[in-house]
Amino acid sequence: MSFDVPDDLRYLESHEWVRVAGDTAKVGITAFAQDELGDVVFVELPEEGAELTAGEDFGVVESIKAVSDVYAPVSGTVTAVNDRLRDEPELLNEDPFGDGWMLEVEVADESETDDLLSPDAYRDQIE
Amino acid sequence: MTLRAPPLSAVHRRADASFTDFGGWEMPVEFESIRTEHEAVRSEAGKFDVSHMGQITVDGPDAATLTQRLTTNDVTVLDPGEAQYGAITDEDGIMLDDTVVYRLPEGAADEFLFIPNAGHDGEMTERWLSERDERGLDATVTNRTEEYSMIAVQGPDAPDLLAAETDISLSALSRFEVADGVVAGVDSLIARTGYTGEPGFEILCPPNGAEAIWSALACQPCGLGARDTLRLEMGFLLSGQEFHPVDEPRTPYEAGIGWTVALDTEFVGRDALEGVAADGPEEKLVGIELIDRGVPRHGYDVTTPEGEPIGHVTSGTMSPTLGAPIALAYVPAAYAEPDESVRVVVRGEPKKARTRSTPFLDR
Repeated sequence: MSFDVPDDLRYLESHEWVRVAGDTAKVGITAFAQDELGDVVFVELPEEGAELTAGEDFGVVESIKAVSDVYAPVSGTVTAVNDRLRDEPELLNEDPFGDGWMLEVEVADESETDDLLSPDAYRDQIE
Repeated sequence: MTLRAPPLSAVHRRADASFTDFGGWEMPVEFESIRTEHEAVRSEAGKFDVSHMGQITVDGPDAATLTQRLTTNDVTVLDPGEAQYGAITDEDGIMLDDTVVYRLPEGAADEFLFIPNAGHDGEMTERWLSERDERGLDATVTNRTEEYSMIAVQGPDAPDLLAAETDISLSALSRFEVADGVVAGVDSLIARTGYTGEPGFEILCPPNGAEAIWSALACQPCGLGARDTLRLEMGFLLSGQEFHPVDEPRTPYEAGIGWTVALDTEFVGRDALEGVAADGPEEKLVGIELIDRGVPRHGYDVTTPEGEPIGHVTSGTMSPTLGAPIALAYVPAAYAEPDESVRVVVRGEPKKARTRSTPFLDR
């Protein structure tokens, strides 16, 4: 099975994606990750204003069968949280790169994104 | 250790199932998605490969005496073609396993067949053999786990689905009855039993007939993931979670299956259980529903609203049918009544919850 890996995103080995535009980054989990987890039933996210540190966990995704921590691809301040996930956690399954986004972050250090996986590198990892 | 694989392994791989190690068997855990499979069983029908379950036959003049000695229920009430649920306990009344004992239909090669849990077949065969030898009983005990595949078809549509593929009258087969029958051209044993709370059957057949039966049953293939959420909604026990001789030593009374204990029969563990029955168990398995958001999981602590630890979760999930987080937990008997306010500690956070009677669903 092959999974969508959009070319305009960067990735973590732990299956998070980040879309960086200037000093703003949008964060979520990949199509591969949601498939591994199965039916997502609960998402725990930080609140607006929370500080993220690259590489550290910032939330939890629970599927029927598993619990998984979610890790921050970049450091920064949370500026928006996808509130729809509270009542519609299944958006993570249905549209992981779109409506299933998790957070928007004001990036503290844009050079951190250099350490992230390119789409090709992430494709190699999940194949 | 090499994992044992069911005869349908290749068929499941072609169906793109994901697999898990369960009781030493590599079994399909998910085909489509747990929710899809779960909902199919509750609303239509689903089929499960449960070939990891053990099959042990007991025959000979003392077959009933031997099986009576090692199971808590009264096997002498079984007529040919009847089955019963029971526990297998040690001298202290601690559950080693739970099982369904079938008294096979007239004309069968063996008188009794019982189904231990996955990976317990070797140990239970030994247990029957050593009890037989110790007591000088005349019985043949045979581990036939490799000689049988087991396929469950469960759901409101299961009777019609199976009726189209078999030569016997299923309406004549009541719950916990078993009959010989041909399914999709394969000589089988058909039992009206299951682990989902829905109408349904479990079919025992030779491994080389499993694919014909599996293919003939036109419904959603389901893995162990959905099997677990379905049984949990019914409050059914899972070996290794609600009881385990080392990690979760429990009597049938604690586990809520005291009704399977026939104290008027002679069996290993009876005397200890008589005492428990007289005093009542100190702790009991109870249903819990979370009021706060979160998903209870195996091992999570249960506390009073004030934070005093009182027990732990043995199984938990988000119930696909109820859309609510549910769990089974052992708590002191005083808390094992419905509508007690408790907390389940999810990653350090006490979540509001209340106790409930099981099953969680009306079935």
